[in-house]
Amino acid sequence: MTSVPDNMPNDKQVSIGKRLSRMAQSNWRAIIVFIPYVWLLLFFLLPFFIVAKISLAELQISSPPFSDMIEWTDSGIMTIRLVFDNYLYIISDNLYFDTYVNSLKISVTSTILCLLFGYPIAYGIVRSGPTVKPLLLFAIILPFWTSFLLRVYAWMGLLSDQGTINNLLIRLGIIDDPIRMLYTEFAVYVGIVYTYMPFMILPLYANMEKLDISLNEAAADLGSRPTNTFFKVTLPLTIPGIIAGSLLVFIPATGEYVIPDLLGGGNVQMIGRVLYNEFARNTDWPVAASVAIVLLFLLVLPIIVFQYYQGKASERS
Amino acid sequence: MHGSRSRFLTIMISLGMAFFYIPMILLVIYSFNYSKLVPVWGGWSTRWYKVLFESADVWNAVSLSLKIAFVNATFATILGTLSALAMVRFGRFKGRTLFGGMLVAPLVMPEIITGLSLLVLFISMQQLFGWPSERGFTTITIAHITFSLAYVAVTVQARLTGMGEDLEEAAADLGAKPFKVLTAITLPRLTPALASGWLLAFTLSLDDLVIASFVTGPGANTLPILIFSRIRLGLRPDINALATMIILTVAVCVALAALIMYRQHKRDLLDQQMAKRGDS
Repeated sequence: MTSVPDNMPNDKQVSIGKRLSRMAQSNWRAIIVFIPYVWLLLFFLLPFFIVAKISLAELQISSPPFSDMIEWTDSGIMTIRLVFDNYLYIISDNLYFDTYVNSLKISVTSTILCLLFGYPIAYGIVRSGPTVKPLLLFAIILPFWTSFLLRVYAWMGLLSDQGTINNLLIRLGIIDDPIRMLYTEFAVYVGIVYTYMPFMILPLYANMEKLDISLNEAAADLGSRPTNTFFKVTLPLTIPGIIAGSLLVFIPATGEYVIPDLLGGGNVQMIGRVLYNEFARNTDWPVAASVAIVLLFLLVLPIIVFQYYQGKASERS
Repeated sequence: MHGSRSRFLTIMISLGMAFFYIPMILLVIYSFNYSKLVPVWGGWSTRWYKVLFESADVWNAVSLSLKIAFVNATFATILGTLSALAMVRFGRFKGRTLFGGMLVAPLVMPEIITGLSLLVLFISMQQLFGWPSERGFTTITIAHITFSLAYVAVTVQARLTGMGEDLEEAAADLGAKPFKVLTAITLPRLTPALASGWLLAFTLSLDDLVIASFVTGPGANTLPILIFSRIRLGLRPDINALATMIILTVAVCVALAALIMYRQHKRDLLDQQMAKRGDS
């Protein structure tokens, strides 16, 4: 393979070709790292710095609508202007503060709900027979492949005033007038739990699958009741799965935009929706950027914890 | 832990499955409703499918979304595989921690932050270099590649750590150069992971609403953007029909993939049996 064909047109081409191939041979590792590294620096990391820069600018009537950080005065002196007003505005304004608190409340509660329902489902799948298990797992993964937006839309049909649930309850004679469910906080909870549940179940399943059944048998032999064994043996061993699943639900749910918009209407304030409106309708980019940076600060610790566990999991396997 | 499921766990699984699937089934049933008001039953009909097929907007959006998804999946698979090779097979290198962080962060980063930051990047680039001159196909595809490549990297990393380095080491011992080992041994063995990574990236791109909404420009509507703009105002029977078509397409693709995997599995079993017979 490495031998040079003898009917090459001229010596110069051969040497360039050889040199290139030698370069590729010795530096291919560097090239492999370089391409995705540059891509991520340019399209993932750099944008955050630009957002941070805009968050320290002032709103201006121009395109784009914010002031320059660096200005040159007539005498050629460079001035750097950092405006912290946007952050002061967010902190002092009750609307933003309440919205952050409300987003965290909704995402924490949804995470707990996902854990309460997802844990027994994951445990049940692990404990299923060899023929049923892959089918159940498949059934949990399948919704991933269908549209997220349409799964949220499906609940609009169920929860609306003339929707399936109200229709059913009225026909059964349980209620006379429809219960308002769509465009309430309840609908937002249902939507988040519905769409994020697989993110809880799958890490839990991966964790539980590795548990050693002989530990449970040993506990039973020593006279431990099943509930006792569960709380003293199984639950502590599944904590890594609980943490991974909870973070996979909590972090994206906090910044959720689609679910509060479609299922909450204007009645549920979550930070993702406020951010989008600030940006798209009010075109106040500096405030929108500050809202994003504050949200990032709230989530940075959970994200680091998640990366730490992700790194540990990939080293272990 | 086989077959020892308590009644409580069985009930939870059944409830879970009902919770997952009843909304989707109802969505499909109501797409055949004659009535213009989605929840009010007016008899069976396929009129909303006719409305759907005659809508040029929908077809344009489908075609744009498929184009973006295809280009995205291809580039994300290449970049994601390169990243996974770097993380798993290259040991320690300068900036590995930052690289690893940038590979995992897109998996959990709220879409709203990714979308906003990419838009301000594109606008800054446009002011500095005049590129991208307009937002649409290119900007959405770049944004999608950025988060999809992280998912591909996770998939390929798992496969790389799972398959070990025995064959690679054997090839190296027999005198194969490292680059040759990569192209002749590692990449072919990665094929299943590359295929699932590509499919995952394709689906993620088709599914994305928030990031695409930020980085798109006037006139470039992907399918999720079109659906969202319609359902914001309430239920629409033609969207039920569209949802049914999407569910049907996914079901057919998944069934085909399952069939191919099942055949492959059976062939592997057969090969193993033949190998065993050959040994004895």
